[in-house]
Amino acid sequence: MKTQIRLQVNGFEYDLLIKPHWTLVDVLRDEIGLTGTKKGCGKGECGACTVIMNGEAILACLVLAVRVQGKRILTIEGLAREGRLDSLQDAFVKYGAIQCGFCTPGMIMTSRAFLINNPHPTEEEIKKALSGNLCRCTGYVKIIEAVRKASMAEVRK
Amino acid sequence: MKRDYVNIGKRLPRVDAVVKATGEAKYAGDLSLPGMLHGKMLRSPYPHARIRHIDTSQAKRLSGVRAVVTGKDTIGFKAGGISAQGDEPYLALDKVRFIGDAVAAVAALDEQSAEEALDLIRVEYEELPAVVDPLSAMNEDAPLIHDHAPKNISFKTDLSYGDVDQALRGCDYAREDRFETTPIRHGFLEPHAALAVWDHSGRVSFWGSKQSPYFTYRNLAKALNIPLSRVRVIQPYIGGGFGGKNEMFNVDFCAALLARKTGKPVRIVVSQEEVLFAYRQRHPTVIDLKTGFKKDGTILALEAHIIADGGAYLSIGALSLYLMCAFFCMPYRLPNMRAKGYRVYTNTQPSCAMRGHGVPQSRFAAEVQLDLAAKEMGLDPVDLRLKNALKPGEETPNGFKITSCGLQESIVAAKSIIAGWRKQQPKDDGRKKRGIGIGCYGYVSGPRMAGHNTAGAVIKVHEDGGISLTTGSTDVGQGSDTVLSQIAAEVLGVRLEDIRYGMVDSDITPLDPGTFGSRVTFVTGNAVRIAAEDARGQLAEVAANALEANPGDIMFKDRKVYVVGSPDRSMPFSKLVKIAQYSGTGKTILGRGYWAPEGLEVPNFETGRGNMSAAYSFGTQVAEVEVDSETGFTKVTRMAMVHDCGQPLNEMLMEGQLEGSAIGGVGHTLMEEIVRKEGQTMNPSFLDYRMPSTLDACPLEILHTDTYDEMGPFGAKETGEGIQVAVVPAIVNGIHDAMGVAFKRIPITPVMVLDALKKKS
Repeated sequence: MKTQIRLQVNGFEYDLLIKPHWTLVDVLRDEIGLTGTKKGCGKGECGACTVIMNGEAILACLVLAVRVQGKRILTIEGLAREGRLDSLQDAFVKYGAIQCGFCTPGMIMTSRAFLINNPHPTEEEIKKALSGNLCRCTGYVKIIEAVRKASMAEVRK
Repeated sequence: MKRDYVNIGKRLPRVDAVVKATGEAKYAGDLSLPGMLHGKMLRSPYPHARIRHIDTSQAKRLSGVRAVVTGKDTIGFKAGGISAQGDEPYLALDKVRFIGDAVAAVAALDEQSAEEALDLIRVEYEELPAVVDPLSAMNEDAPLIHDHAPKNISFKTDLSYGDVDQALRGCDYAREDRFETTPIRHGFLEPHAALAVWDHSGRVSFWGSKQSPYFTYRNLAKALNIPLSRVRVIQPYIGGGFGGKNEMFNVDFCAALLARKTGKPVRIVVSQEEVLFAYRQRHPTVIDLKTGFKKDGTILALEAHIIADGGAYLSIGALSLYLMCAFFCMPYRLPNMRAKGYRVYTNTQPSCAMRGHGVPQSRFAAEVQLDLAAKEMGLDPVDLRLKNALKPGEETPNGFKITSCGLQESIVAAKSIIAGWRKQQPKDDGRKKRGIGIGCYGYVSGPRMAGHNTAGAVIKVHEDGGISLTTGSTDVGQGSDTVLSQIAAEVLGVRLEDIRYGMVDSDITPLDPGTFGSRVTFVTGNAVRIAAEDARGQLAEVAANALEANPGDIMFKDRKVYVVGSPDRSMPFSKLVKIAQYSGTGKTILGRGYWAPEGLEVPNFETGRGNMSAAYSFGTQVAEVEVDSETGFTKVTRMAMVHDCGQPLNEMLMEGQLEGSAIGGVGHTLMEEIVRKEGQTMNPSFLDYRMPSTLDACPLEILHTDTYDEMGPFGAKETGEGIQVAVVPAIVNGIHDAMGVAFKRIPITPVMVLDALKKKS
């Protein structure tokens, strides 16, 4: 049996008919069509499905969609404003932090939530914050650098 | 000497960076079509069993289920890597050969119904004795996994050059060791995914996460028994491959088969857990290695015996085994060599290519043994390498012709890095033992394979000055779309952002072998250069007419064309394209290029002779480690690599390749191992199978040797694959330096370190 829910995603409201056991990542991808949020493992081990809920990074594969009604969900698609990339997106592009790109949305969303709460992080803090987001391509060096550069760019603003 | 270019060599962002940063980039699992069904695979719970009967009737009756297929619904085609001898059906025919072997597939309205249907398929198995250890599998009385392969040997190779026995007798020093490597994961985050749909003309369109889409293009036709012209393979963005997405897999076949059966689009996205227990791995090996030296350190002879665990099927394993053996010939001079290899079937996951393809295993053994020998002979391990390092113009005993080669330069540079680090290195504080290790490598830039070997490229110009570039090559994350675009931009005198790169569509793009063996930049790069030169030549004629000059005097630069020597006689590139297309009867400017290196030999995998690559890359890796003698935990504190990739086409992308490869090497050396019990994978999750995270990343210093490869596009060679070969032994040798113990098995776990320390005291 499906149940009706209302989700607030990237500033828009969506009335959806879903099954109660569906996870947020599946609802975002399959019901709303926001496929930017990636499903790497479906078990909370890789970080690829990270989205921001009320300012905190969460793993969308570990959260039931019915439980996040009334919360503000931000996905990778909601990050760029009026066609302008978020400073993290910009830094990931500029500093070569992207290769295959499959971990990228999760990496950026984890970093975004992290910088909201810690705008002046040390490198060790960045590493710790991103330690739940796996990437096989980059060896993380340029990802860590991009987050550091983005935090500096934001401080300058 | 490196040369100066406008686009080449610059730190330019990837052409696909923005769409990947915004989540717009579509991967196979992101795609959907109206009316699409969802597929799931049923897999064997037994390592070895005969299938007596499969009853799908109950599953078919489940509401929402549209089709169930088994091996009986196929023509029985068996895939087999590069060998004519196929052995792997996409759906089991008579037997299952490992836990995870595909038995049936279901298409249903939603994933849940498909999943439920799997539970309703009744498979009657007759369990057979299984063999999961390659050494036991070679026993006369071992259960036979494939009827055609006595002693379960799926492939063997015997490379012999010079007179090893006599040379070993003449050596001042020789040593013999047994090395062991364990199975590891490719570790891409995007699980295998495929979407297929048929139309009424009998054509199948296919989108899949394939790093070499033309493998799938051919095998779909063969396995579905349809003409090649009825297959269209379209490449979406690919979420990493590392060798593990080369071949067409059961998920690809079943999506197409179920789509044909139902008349609907069918998508199958496997779970990461399935990737981890039912697909590919790096070959685990047991390597017995003997090397003999003169007392000054000159290597005189090497004898190797390799047993590689191939798992249940051949895959691309013949090549893997050949590479393991052949790369003992590189990167050092080796007058006498013998390498015998056996690739053995076992009832486990099939092994295939993975970053460095076969070479990481054998060079781990050889480079660690070099350090052991150096120590006992009282020689400096760096000097020992320098003494034996190959130079430009040399030929290895199996016929690899060394052209550009910066190996000696890289070892010299590494030596001064090590000296600098030694000075800065804090002293051992009792608990923390610190050490520095080194390893070297040589690697191919596109291996010559049997069969199709040519890359093609097409350039189309637009009247706004934009360029469409298509090739048959696939960017799985390595950045080839970008460097190929840079090459086109350089030749046509435009900017990188003027290039629109089109991904593979087998209906439109040129045929291509695929993304493996570090071939794309080198081989396709030359095809793109030629295609761009072709388009430039056509445009130069138009420009010559308009500017009243000779075509040979037309220069292309800064989005302009001008007459050499008189820059005032010029026009914008876009205007030139318009003139070409609009004047008189008009012209269609299409640049065409194709290229494969001339004069290469397809190596004989059994005897190993042949120069398989037009260029070889080289490098030296240095690793500094810190071993905690209380916890046994090893940390790589920093690494440096001195690297001969010819002329780097894009420094930033090249660094990214090297960094990813190096940190992957840390995982291979210290963390990663697929653990199995009686054929059952015990750690099919990223939580239990630990790959490096940000916490395992370390600072990396990247230096280049001053080389330029005359054959490579704008001087470039392989980058980022070969280095993993050297990272592994550099870390192992660093641990040897730190604690005086040379480990001969990877990964080196804390338990192994503590055991070794206990033994030592």
